[in-house]
Amino acid sequence: MRAVWGVLAEVPDPEIPVISIVDLGIVRTVTAEPPRVTITPTYTGCPATQAIERAIRNALDQAGFTDVAVATAISPPWSTDWISNEGRQKLRAFGIAPPPRGDGRGRLTEERPAVCPHCGSEETEEISRFGSTPCKALWRCRSCAEPFDQFKCH
Amino acid sequence: MTATSESLLVPFALRLGDDALILGQRLGEWCGHAPTIEVDLALTNLSLDLIGQATLFLDYAGKLEGKGRDADRLAFRRDAVDFTNCLLVEQPNGDFAQTIARQFLYSTWQQLYLNALADSADDTLAAAAVKCVKEVAYHARFAAEWVVRLGDGTEESHRRMSAGLDWMSRFVDELFEMEEADRALLAAGAGVDKAALRPAWDAEVARVLKEAMLEALPQRRTLTGGRLGRHTEHLGHILSEMQFLQRAYPDAVW
Repeated sequence: MRAVWGVLAEVPDPEIPVISIVDLGIVRTVTAEPPRVTITPTYTGCPATQAIERAIRNALDQAGFTDVAVATAISPPWSTDWISNEGRQKLRAFGIAPPPRGDGRGRLTEERPAVCPHCGSEETEEISRFGSTPCKALWRCRSCAEPFDQFKCH
Repeated sequence: MTATSESLLVPFALRLGDDALILGQRLGEWCGHAPTIEVDLALTNLSLDLIGQATLFLDYAGKLEGKGRDADRLAFRRDAVDFTNCLLVEQPNGDFAQTIARQFLYSTWQQLYLNALADSADDTLAAAAVKCVKEVAYHARFAAEWVVRLGDGTEESHRRMSAGLDWMSRFVDELFEMEEADRALLAAGAGVDKAALRPAWDAEVARVLKEAMLEALPQRRTLTGGRLGRHTEHLGHILSEMQFLQRAYPDAVW
């Protein structure tokens, strides 16, 4: 079981390859013999979900596991609160503001400004709530003038 | 869940899937044509969410139906009369304000609807609703913000926002209509009392229109029939584009 988790921890997210799918919190359950992995999609329409399924299968195949099965479950729904602390640090180091912790549904109406991942300033403004991938919004820092992505609260 | 209510679930899931699919396709038409790059990204993000939601509901409908049809098959190999989306989502994009009007009226309804469906006795529908409502909350907020920006903007943007709402207002009542099947499913604990959503929808729409310095929605003759497969002329045109590849090359795969 630990061995399977170890392999999964090396599988990068296809769109944000600095973090693994384990950091992202989308691996829900793992059983070892035979290897059964359940993942949950971030967004229902996220095209990365299929790529992630294939990547998991390939990684486990290469690690010598046989009879691998990958299933998708939508309940309970994925939340950005499941992104690990390590994942949050990696996102910040990569230039993506990690999502605020909190219930995605409740947070929508009381969002605080994203903290600039480059200079740490809270003097930031949202340019567009919809960014280059379903999970990101586009922001700009008024202190250091750099644009940056924010991982949206969900 | 009795066998009867299970048979009612197929058309129920189809309607949800068809709404999301057709609106997603409509929004996809904006790709590369929106007023700014940020709006282009937003509209296509909404489209992607909706197509993802359509996949969930259509796959479920196909599974319950038991004829081996999956979401793709249902999306690409049915004719207009078999689609049960509401008339609102198939209305043309028009200008940006007309698209925003459609999105605002629909997303506001969809958010209320999915919140109610989250309590469904059918576990699959409830799980899908909980998942999708998180995405739709962003859609409703995006649309409402643009209604305010356009309504309380220039004379020109105000005029266009009013015209867009005027066009779309005829298709609102259909969202709250209860068919016999709706009532049966509601009685079984799996459906949604759509009529009961109306006061909350009216209040939210009125709140946003007031903030946007816009008049209340006009009283127009209601058009309905989409849930029964009676569509406006627009759906056929959407399908001819959306289904072209599978019609020309049946069963083609990547």
